[in-house]
Amino acid sequence: MIKYIVTRISTKHREQVLNKPVSESVQDRFTQSTSKFHFMNSATNNSLVKYCLRIADSSLVLGQRLGEWCGHGPILEEDIALTNISLDLIGQARAFYTYAAQLENKGKTEDDFAFFRDEREYYNLLLTEQPNGDFGQTILRQFLISTYSYYFYSALKTSNDSTLSSLAEKSLKEVTYHLRHSSEWLIRLGDGTAESHQRVENAIDELWRFTGDMFDMDEVDELLIKEGIAINLASLKEPWEKKVKEVFLKATLKFPENQFMIQGSRNGKHTEHLGHLLTEMQALPRTFPGAEW
Amino acid sequence: MSNSQWPLWEVFTQKKSGLPFEHAGSVHAPDKELALQNARDVYSRRNEATCIWVVPSEYIISSTPEDMGSFFEPSNDKIYRHPNFYKTPGASFE
Repeated sequence: MIKYIVTRISTKHREQVLNKPVSESVQDRFTQSTSKFHFMNSATNNSLVKYCLRIADSSLVLGQRLGEWCGHGPILEEDIALTNISLDLIGQARAFYTYAAQLENKGKTEDDFAFFRDEREYYNLLLTEQPNGDFGQTILRQFLISTYSYYFYSALKTSNDSTLSSLAEKSLKEVTYHLRHSSEWLIRLGDGTAESHQRVENAIDELWRFTGDMFDMDEVDELLIKEGIAINLASLKEPWEKKVKEVFLKATLKFPENQFMIQGSRNGKHTEHLGHLLTEMQALPRTFPGAEW
Repeated sequence: MSNSQWPLWEVFTQKKSGLPFEHAGSVHAPDKELALQNARDVYSRRNEATCIWVVPSEYIISSTPEDMGSFFEPSNDKIYRHPNFYKTPGASFE
């Protein structure tokens, strides 16, 4: 699986950036904009590293979760669709990790970030680590996050940081499809049979409390917003709710009144599920460090 | 065939604008939007297409093996119908 992912993603990027693997393309952008980094003080630099890790961690963890569907999809077509989305997300994670490694400049690679950090050092959104549950729960989770990512990357495109803005532009194309795919499914499940409707309602009860975590900000955001690098997450909340309400209405689902939210991803505080996910994901590189294939 | 299967759709992909659509395969889907998405996911994830058609398989009308004689053989011995001073796309003779 991992080998397949690596081959597929590197091929895709090669096609898109004229025969260069992803790390080189990010390197190019980095080199081109080196002058900017002379003026970036270390506080800004450290914040930007953390900012990239947050984005990358969310993509990687959700990608890993969707990868669990491989071979288990409800139909062949959907099995491929979910794992396609997984690969898109892992590709996005790689690009943001690579940029974080370059900013940090300590000789780390994307793999070091992915495989050699523990639970408390991961900053992925709590929603991304929640278990797949049934197909309805997976689709709801995907819809809530894809809607968020859609508005997030749309805003990040205007970042002062040229690497972030170009990575956002590329990610946005993929996320636009993820949103279309999950919305269409959610409408069909919500407005489908009594059973499919009930399953999605149950998923809303299970997952809604993790949606507040997506809009949380701390000093990292504050500092980078001042520099015009990061985006104000509070400004995403209104369009996010509007879109969710619009699709819920078509899906005959009730928009929850529940305002109780569980937060913590900004500080690396997670639900019980992330530890198990990392154990499985990191087992091979930790058992055989430096293994190649 | 089992009744629990969703309807079958035939998928046609166009590699580049202007080129003919080619049959890529088929997918199962409950409706046309999901048929299009499934076709995209199954048949265009490696840059194979710039446009996709999906058509319910039941609307494809095919000639049968029994039609072969009456449909296709009559053109074999009419050499005057065979253009040999210019190329015909897709023709099996030269």
